[in-house]
Amino acid sequence: MNAALLDVKSVSKSFGGVQANQNVSMQVPEGRITGLIGPNGSGKTTLFNSIVGYHPIDGGSIRFEDREISKLRVQQIARLGLLRTFQQTRIYSKMDCVKNMLISVPHRNATFSDMFKPYPPDLTEKAEHLLEFVGLYQKRHLVSGDLSFGQQKLLEFAMALMNEPRVLLLDEPTAGINPTLINGLIDRLKLANTEFGITLFVIEHNMRVIMNLADSIYCLAHGELLAHGSPDEIQGDQRVIDAYLGAH
Amino acid sequence: MNALPNEHRIHLAVLAFGLAAPFIFGAFTFQFTILWIMILFALTWDMMGGQMGYNSLGNIVFFGAGMYICAVVQVGLYYDVGLYTAPDSSISGASFTYQQYFTGLVLGLICAAIGCVLLAFVMSSFLFGLRGPYFAIGTLGIALSAGELMGAWEWVGAGSGIAMPVFPGGVEARSLMFYFIALGAAAATYWFVRWLYSTRYGLAINAIRDDEEKAEAMGVHTKRYKSITWSFSAFFLGISGGLFGNMTGFIEPLEVAFPTVTFGIFMVAMALLGGKGTIWGPVIGATLFHVIKEVTWTYLLGWQWVALGLLIVINVVFFQQGIMGWMQRKWPERFGIQVDASMRKGSERPSDRTSTP
Repeated sequence: MNAALLDVKSVSKSFGGVQANQNVSMQVPEGRITGLIGPNGSGKTTLFNSIVGYHPIDGGSIRFEDREISKLRVQQIARLGLLRTFQQTRIYSKMDCVKNMLISVPHRNATFSDMFKPYPPDLTEKAEHLLEFVGLYQKRHLVSGDLSFGQQKLLEFAMALMNEPRVLLLDEPTAGINPTLINGLIDRLKLANTEFGITLFVIEHNMRVIMNLADSIYCLAHGELLAHGSPDEIQGDQRVIDAYLGAH
Repeated sequence: MNALPNEHRIHLAVLAFGLAAPFIFGAFTFQFTILWIMILFALTWDMMGGQMGYNSLGNIVFFGAGMYICAVVQVGLYYDVGLYTAPDSSISGASFTYQQYFTGLVLGLICAAIGCVLLAFVMSSFLFGLRGPYFAIGTLGIALSAGELMGAWEWVGAGSGIAMPVFPGGVEARSLMFYFIALGAAAATYWFVRWLYSTRYGLAINAIRDDEEKAEAMGVHTKRYKSITWSFSAFFLGISGGLFGNMTGFIEPLEVAFPTVTFGIFMVAMALLGGKGTIWGPVIGATLFHVIKEVTWTYLLGWQWVALGLLIVINVVFFQQGIMGWMQRKWPERFGIQVDASMRKGSERPSDRTSTP
């Protein structure tokens, strides 16, 4: 197996006296769906934030496509094609859905003069196509802040696809979504992986979802890596069960 | 997005009024000149505060800087600035020929615009580390200190200011010329922001307004957009400053060049009154504000500041979205805004979350 697309090596991060991540290593192989689980407060989101450059790490290394990115800034990392969505969904709430999509085009090669150009019509087409993909086509001209929370999550996902990332880090994509819609979302995540070729790295609390979705799963507890394996292995791992049930 | 129906007709009507006003209402030419400058103020403030969500209380810095740059160029072309501004100067009332005057004025306005752009770039390098209320206070601090600093600088006349070159023609011609420069500057600002908001640029700064962290996470060059927006704003404010200095004929740091608590606050109040984040809002707000201000100054003398303060209080307490914002909410279809019918009935009202950090 060749080197992982995203390679996290012994990353540590503490906030004051709280050790949020300690010596965490994991690999996200290209073209796959990797899961990240762990009880509340186990450091999952902190790890995501470290990867996308939201805060500096105390030690270790984070490599993306064999390039050290732990010293880069948020925007630089995003422009490399490493994108994250937020646990508390974040969209541009005063703009309509299509505009939310248009501003999400990749900014990788944006030059100075690009700033003052109008959007070509095929971009609008692409935006509408992706909105259709997540099931928001009918609402595309509504102000996004008026959408329900679940719809905003779908919009955020569509915006991420618009950005054509290499790796997409999803922080609890199904949290707050109507259970009847979750199956549809799982299908779309899988499609994004197979059809658009986007590598996914997913934090998820819903076990049914993550076991269905991921090829391999990492489990964090108390900021440390507890277990790694296929969904079946993780499901049978006594340490994981103990961590969730608080048997320490 | 902010389009009014029949916008072209409105443009033509405003333009026709603008061109005819000094000839019909000759007694009010000066007031109309100020009105165009006020519209320019509100439009440039709205680029930052309305469209990009950065509430600057210090935009007046560019007004004052433009004024001083223009003055220094106008004087400096023909005289030694230090000698000209000295308290017992013999050349202070020096006369300028037609050619000297207009060369100085044109060059001065150009230098004012460019100088303010450079100043905005310098200021943005450290002020954009601040966000929200801290940015507002940071810019306010800059504005207040700018006035004091200029007041201590002997070369530009310190607290006693600079007597501007005297217009070499008649009174009537003078006021008409300044009127049309102000009209032109306001119209140019209006067309510029209209064009700007129709490009990708408009969406990018709106994204920064709605959620800057999200924009960063999506790879938008936020820093670049912020600096350039401020520079655009500074460009037009610099011109307005140079113009205003020449109109008043005498500039000094605190009351004329850096009037933080009058013009500096007016530009915010006008944009809020008309509806920030819209194109027409600042125009309508500035017009209404200016009219109310002039009426109270005439008929409520002694209480004029109270009346103006009351207007601002009513605006921000009961009418935060401003006139255009209110109209857009009342008749969304007329502005091309779609509203979900089911939402309107309030059956499934989503949480009224805004993404301000």
